[in-house]
Amino acid sequence: MSLLGDVARWFTDPAHYQGTDAVQTRIFEHLAVSGLALLVGLLIALPVGLYLGHTGRFAFVAVNVANIGRAIPSLAAIALAIPVAATLLGVQNGLGFWPTFFALIPLAIPPILTNAYVAVRGVDRDVIEAAHGMGLGEAGILRRIELPLALPLILAGIRTAAVNVIATATLGALVAFGGLGRYIVDGLALQEYDRLFAGAVLVALLAIAVEVGFSTFERAAVSPGIRVHQGAL
Amino acid sequence: MIEGEPLIRWDWIASHLDEFAFRLGEHVELTVIAVGVGFVIAFALSLLILRVPRAEGPITWITGTLYTIPSLALFALLIPYTGLTILTAEIGLVSYTLLILIRNIVRGIRGVPADVREAAVGMGYAPREILWRIEVPLAAAIIIAGVRLATISTIGLVTVSSLIGQGGFGFLILEGMQRSFFTTEMIAGAMLSVALAIVADALLVLLQRRLTPWTRTA
Repeated sequence: MSLLGDVARWFTDPAHYQGTDAVQTRIFEHLAVSGLALLVGLLIALPVGLYLGHTGRFAFVAVNVANIGRAIPSLAAIALAIPVAATLLGVQNGLGFWPTFFALIPLAIPPILTNAYVAVRGVDRDVIEAAHGMGLGEAGILRRIELPLALPLILAGIRTAAVNVIATATLGALVAFGGLGRYIVDGLALQEYDRLFAGAVLVALLAIAVEVGFSTFERAAVSPGIRVHQGAL
Repeated sequence: MIEGEPLIRWDWIASHLDEFAFRLGEHVELTVIAVGVGFVIAFALSLLILRVPRAEGPITWITGTLYTIPSLALFALLIPYTGLTILTAEIGLVSYTLLILIRNIVRGIRGVPADVREAAVGMGYAPREILWRIEVPLAAAIIIAGVRLATISTIGLVTVSSLIGQGGFGFLILEGMQRSFFTTEMIAGAMLSVALAIVADALLVLLQRRLTPWTRTA
């Protein structure tokens, strides 16, 4: 029997669309924990990145956060989130949703923070001086000059964060969370290659869909006049 | 978590130094092979892009897509074909290095000033000599910056390969999780992996200063 035939049968089997292990349930779990973690990461990282970029202070913080973020292995983040979740919310919450959620937040922060910092810092000083001359205050400069000009890089940072978070949410299955990683981890443990392969296909497609979705949104959201500034970190 | 246990049991750490050394060897081996093979492939593809600019679109698209696929999923897609082997781990790890390395190699060589290249032609350098004696040395700083990024991210990804029976320090993290979340072992694996990334990065910075002394003041 060919593997791809087995995988096709797995996808067409109605049993895989019912109950707690249904494909749509796993996709929802995966997106829910990823979306919430991305949102919290965004609420922390964006204001900090914009502030650091606007004032130009603590540059080493912005740069080092990115480097440390890159060095933390995703598996370690998941593992270390277990004692964190258990300490904060009690041992009964030490597995499942909470450690996955806590592990994903620090992975979302570095690309958003660093890109926001670099983007705001990179705004032409002449433009800002002109804005000062026209009577804009600090808040006005940030909101009406720096933010729109920095938008392409900021959105690219959010996209990188989103793809990282979706990828790492897969590992949540190791700490008894659901999500699409369930199929891979269970498929490995049970040596059921159709389930393993189907899960991997779903995870890969979800990550690519998120990447493409954010890219499309970036193109729609960014003013055509400043598109030339593009570039990602 | 095991009830009543401290977060870190130092006696366990002290009695497992041999295992740490063994896992270090594994981790370094997996990383060096991945970055080494990745560099050779990336270099060849970069030369292709520099010679045939039309190839840039498809190559960036393919390596970008590979980079987007989560590591565990990529390993899982390979397992039915290559099994729980080091080959599966390396195919995945090499795939992730390509996007970063190609981007930096191409950007580095394209950044060589046209005047310098012209001067080399005027001095009678053959195209091959221009590549190896002019372009690559001048692009070395940017190329090594790419190698640093690829190395750090590979060291992190190696831990995930513990799920397919490889993993270096990732093995400690995974084993700790399987031993009803033995925090000492998990934290040891995580910290050692981060430490290895920091040391590897520092070594590459030293290498870069050595190879491109003219950038030292910059």
